Amino acid sequence: MLKNVHFGPSVLPFLLVLPQIAVTLVFFIWPASQALYQSVLLEDAFGLKTEFVWFRNFEELFSDPHYWSSFEITVVFSFLVAFLAMSFALVLALLADRVIKGSGTYRTLLIWPYAVAPVTAGALWVFMFNPTLGIVAYALSALGYEWNHQLNGGEAMALVVMASAWKQVAYNFLFFLAGLQSIPKSLIEAAAIDGAGPGRRTIDIILPLLSPTTFFLLVINIVFAFFETFGVIHAVTAGGPAGATNILVYKVFNDGFVGLDLGGSAAQSVILMIIVIGLTVVQFKYIEKKVSY
Amino acid sequence: MVENRPLLTLFSHIMLILGVAVIALPIWIMFVAASHPDIRMTQVPLPILPGGYFFENLDIALNRGLSGQSGQGVAHMMVNSLIMAMMIAVGKIAISLLSAFAIVYFRFPFRMFFFWMIFVTLMLPVEVRILPTYEVVANLGMLDTYWGLSIPLIASATATFMFRQVFLTIPDEMLEAARIDGAGPMRFFWDILIPMSRTNIAALFVILFIYGWNQYLWPLLITSEPQMYTVVMGIKQMLEAAEQAPEWNVIMMTALLAMLPPICVVIFMQSLFVKGLTETEK
Repeated sequence: MLKNVHFGPSVLPFLLVLPQIAVTLVFFIWPASQALYQSVLLEDAFGLKTEFVWFRNFEELFSDPHYWSSFEITVVFSFLVAFLAMSFALVLALLADRVIKGSGTYRTLLIWPYAVAPVTAGALWVFMFNPTLGIVAYALSALGYEWNHQLNGGEAMALVVMASAWKQVAYNFLFFLAGLQSIPKSLIEAAAIDGAGPGRRTIDIILPLLSPTTFFLLVINIVFAFFETFGVIHAVTAGGPAGATNILVYKVFNDGFVGLDLGGSAAQSVILMIIVIGLTVVQFKYIEKKVSY
Repeated sequence: MVENRPLLTLFSHIMLILGVAVIALPIWIMFVAASHPDIRMTQVPLPILPGGYFFENLDIALNRGLSGQSGQGVAHMMVNSLIMAMMIAVGKIAISLLSAFAIVYFRFPFRMFFFWMIFVTLMLPVEVRILPTYEVVANLGMLDTYWGLSIPLIASATATFMFRQVFLTIPDEMLEAARIDGAGPMRFFWDILIPMSRTNIAALFVILFIYGWNQYLWPLLITSEPQMYTVVMGIKQMLEAAEQAPEWNVIMMTALLAMLPPICVVIFMQSLFVKGLTETEK
């Protein structure tokens, strides 16, 4: 933590940490405590009267079927995004690790969607699936399937899942490939000498050795799906149709800035904070232990 | 590669090429749409091969914008995005370098307290505390300013952690030698620490530039003047306008412009990018 050789006490270290501490206090600690405080207040729509209501905002939230359905949607959405993005990336990484020639080229060709903003990714996918014009919707209707994500909740969900997973594949691929390349070649060779073919080796040796990477990516992907997909949702469906893609982060924004329900929105923020802290703790615990065999 | 299986290798290449094609398909469609005149973009089926209207669309997107809107081109939005991304990247690196230096190289009261205070910011993305953060920025009169766009996003601990790790790997002899030569703390910081962590700084810069450029929710909340819009926001506004008068050629050109700088950064600085990603996350 601290260097064995270090400088003695003076004012200087305080000056050095000052900018970061100031920014943290003003834009982080203060707003977060405000969110905590507002979550136990009830404010009327004009902001004239506020009343201390203990946990009523939370009680209302938990008895609100819309909140629970949003919760459910978020869980389904995160699971689908994580599963799709990770399995696709894993297959590609396994293949890229196999080929000797050109794995660098494949890496270059596969990682750049990381740089695309979620809202831009949303715009691309909404264009491809536009019910009247979109090229994929056209192909689907030629096959006899009428696609309209503006009316059909399931299709809307599928579209936001695809757009989000598409963006996340690049990241997962990079980490899976790095994980695969750090597996000692001697283990693979030993298995091959014992007569294990490529499929056997993948299942019995490579995948178990890859489990730390997989677990790490699972947490990262869930965090991504929970929080960073706001742009995708906002561009593609705006939470619709009829709340079918209204994930928690979108609901906080919508209730707070559009519905002006400050107490309810703050209570939702607090719950989200608890979720993030939980996920972070899980991740740190794991990083200390490192799942291994 | 353990054994030689040409068929399996061939199969791997085919599957990889298919994978690349799936990943690249949306970009191809975007590029094609950005190279056709607007009339062509209203006729079903849409083209799948590029047309010859690319530079006209580029001109329209940069200087004029959608015809339905007030004639806002996206050129100034690109400038805003660039300023915001640079301020976030440089700001984060600067304050993190300083605080990591203090925490690793000085013994002072409340050192661990400060460390934990920075540590908690790791946990909460801006999305979960948007309303109160918005209020703070509004009270400080920073709405519609570059400061308001960038400073609240500087409050994050990832960079501090990374520099802390880097500094911990620098041998103690460096400091001893510097001291014998009579260097004070800031001299040591500038002449030894900074040059020794140069590649880490560059790698982090790449990641933070992309992070800053792609911010969406935050700029959306705190800017209301068109002069301050960023290009990533501009796309969303065009999508809304598209429901009445679809000018997909312009929208897709804007999307292309919005993703071009970060994609160039990823491709041309690939090794730094990979280094930055793997080091900030672990």
